[in-house]
Amino acid sequence: MAKITYVEHDGTEHVVDVKPGMSVMEGAIKNNIPGIDADCGGACACATCHVYVKQEWLDKTGSPSAMEESMLDFAENVEPNSRLSCQIKVSDELDGLVVTMPESQH
Amino acid sequence: MSSGPRVVIIGAGHAGGSAAGFLRQYGFEGPIVLVGEEPIVPYQRPPLSKAWLKGEADADSLSLKPAEWYAENGVDLRLNTVAASLNRGARTVTLNTGETLQYDVLVLATGARARKLPIPGADLKGVLELRTAADAEDLKAALGPDRRLAVIGGGYVGLEAAASARALGSHVMVIEREPRVLARVACEVLSNFFQDYHRAKGVKFELGAGVQGFEGEDGQIRRVVLSDGRKVDCDAALVGVGAMPNVELAKEAGLACADGVIVDLQARTSDPAVFAIGDVTHRPLPLYDRNFRLESVPNALEQAKQVACDIVGRPAPAPEVPWFWSDQYDLKMQIAGIPFDADSILVRGDPASAKFAVFHLKGDLIQAVEAVNAPPEYMAGRQLIGNRKPISREKLANPAISMKEVAA
Repeated sequence: MAKITYVEHDGTEHVVDVKPGMSVMEGAIKNNIPGIDADCGGACACATCHVYVKQEWLDKTGSPSAMEESMLDFAENVEPNSRLSCQIKVSDELDGLVVTMPESQH
Repeated sequence: MSSGPRVVIIGAGHAGGSAAGFLRQYGFEGPIVLVGEEPIVPYQRPPLSKAWLKGEADADSLSLKPAEWYAENGVDLRLNTVAASLNRGARTVTLNTGETLQYDVLVLATGARARKLPIPGADLKGVLELRTAADAEDLKAALGPDRRLAVIGGGYVGLEAAASARALGSHVMVIEREPRVLARVACEVLSNFFQDYHRAKGVKFELGAGVQGFEGEDGQIRRVVLSDGRKVDCDAALVGVGAMPNVELAKEAGLACADGVIVDLQARTSDPAVFAIGDVTHRPLPLYDRNFRLESVPNALEQAKQVACDIVGRPAPAPEVPWFWSDQYDLKMQIAGIPFDADSILVRGDPASAKFAVFHLKGDLIQAVEAVNAPPEYMAGRQLIGNRKPISREKLANPAISMKEVAA
């Protein structure tokens, strides 16, 4: 299990255990954490699971694929550490990961 | 959890399950009963024809929430259960178990069912449909190297299943009544593109071909009989010819229905104590100034949010542009909007490169965009549909000009 901290836009923190193999998005959805919508269920088709990855974790979460990048390009409030959380696979390596949610996914 | 109106949700699909989730997420503390016909907790249907069929997703990853979430969050989930009747005067729903539930707020999320072909042999073993996880199990069991699948209906479900079946090594024949696939939902450019792409992957087509029956041996399907008498040998046939809304409960209770249960933008029916959400609804589409029944996950989620917001007294969520997606082989197809009232079509990019978008225009306004492996066209198109901003056709037609600039 990897402990992941999801921080809502208003600062509310949710710390949950996520099974390796699941995506960071699934970890939020299955725990009913507000702030990540994930309308398409992880098909990289909607850009409604946008998160900001805390700086020190950027190496471990890797970089977005071309498809993800072009989706992010048109999302709202994009920053250099923006990712689509459905495209980040949870592993033991990511134990302790912190992600922050944008104000809105739509 | 006890304060708040008693909410009863009939239907535990994507819409019903999500409504329960949003209510708790928004802090609703009243009792929730969620009634579902299927034997398993609410799950996502889209992967059934895609990742799940190919064995790339398991039951856990399909479920909306873990099984224990419902009890832990005070959601009284009744599986294998259907609502038999609705008494709006008494505000009660009677279940097939004989139990009667009292509600203050009722949410109908009864979904849609696969349309059946009323032809001889339709009850043979191996004549399949694809709507539920159980259907998907049956289809999966019928697929594999050198198995022959006949797909009746060249819509999205049929084409996605065809792509997955090819990935599993099955031989696939798609039989479509219209002269082209996706005839009801997409333009000719797209139909031709998908036909060519599937053909290159080994799928065969019978277009403009009706089906008059199925023939079998020992109760098992062996061939499909086309209208002209020709026969197509197969080990299984998937019938994907559309869906019908499950309106019976609402209709018998006297709620206003058209093609679906008529709702407003808060998902409220003609009875203020009764909401309806998801595939079963006939809803307003303010962008297109008309009412329509949408069959999509984004629609189910949007209406689930509308209901949850209304119940807890939150402001209504922002209206959304209808959108859809489909994955076939390595193709990612994303659609925003519906081509109502479009007067022209503009193709951006080259279909031969499997990276292009078809824009449906009404004057200089984008009504809909169908994008294949083209996320910028989809994302910018969706924004432009939503904000009704006129575009320059000349710029839009030139792929060398970025979608950022087109949308600027």
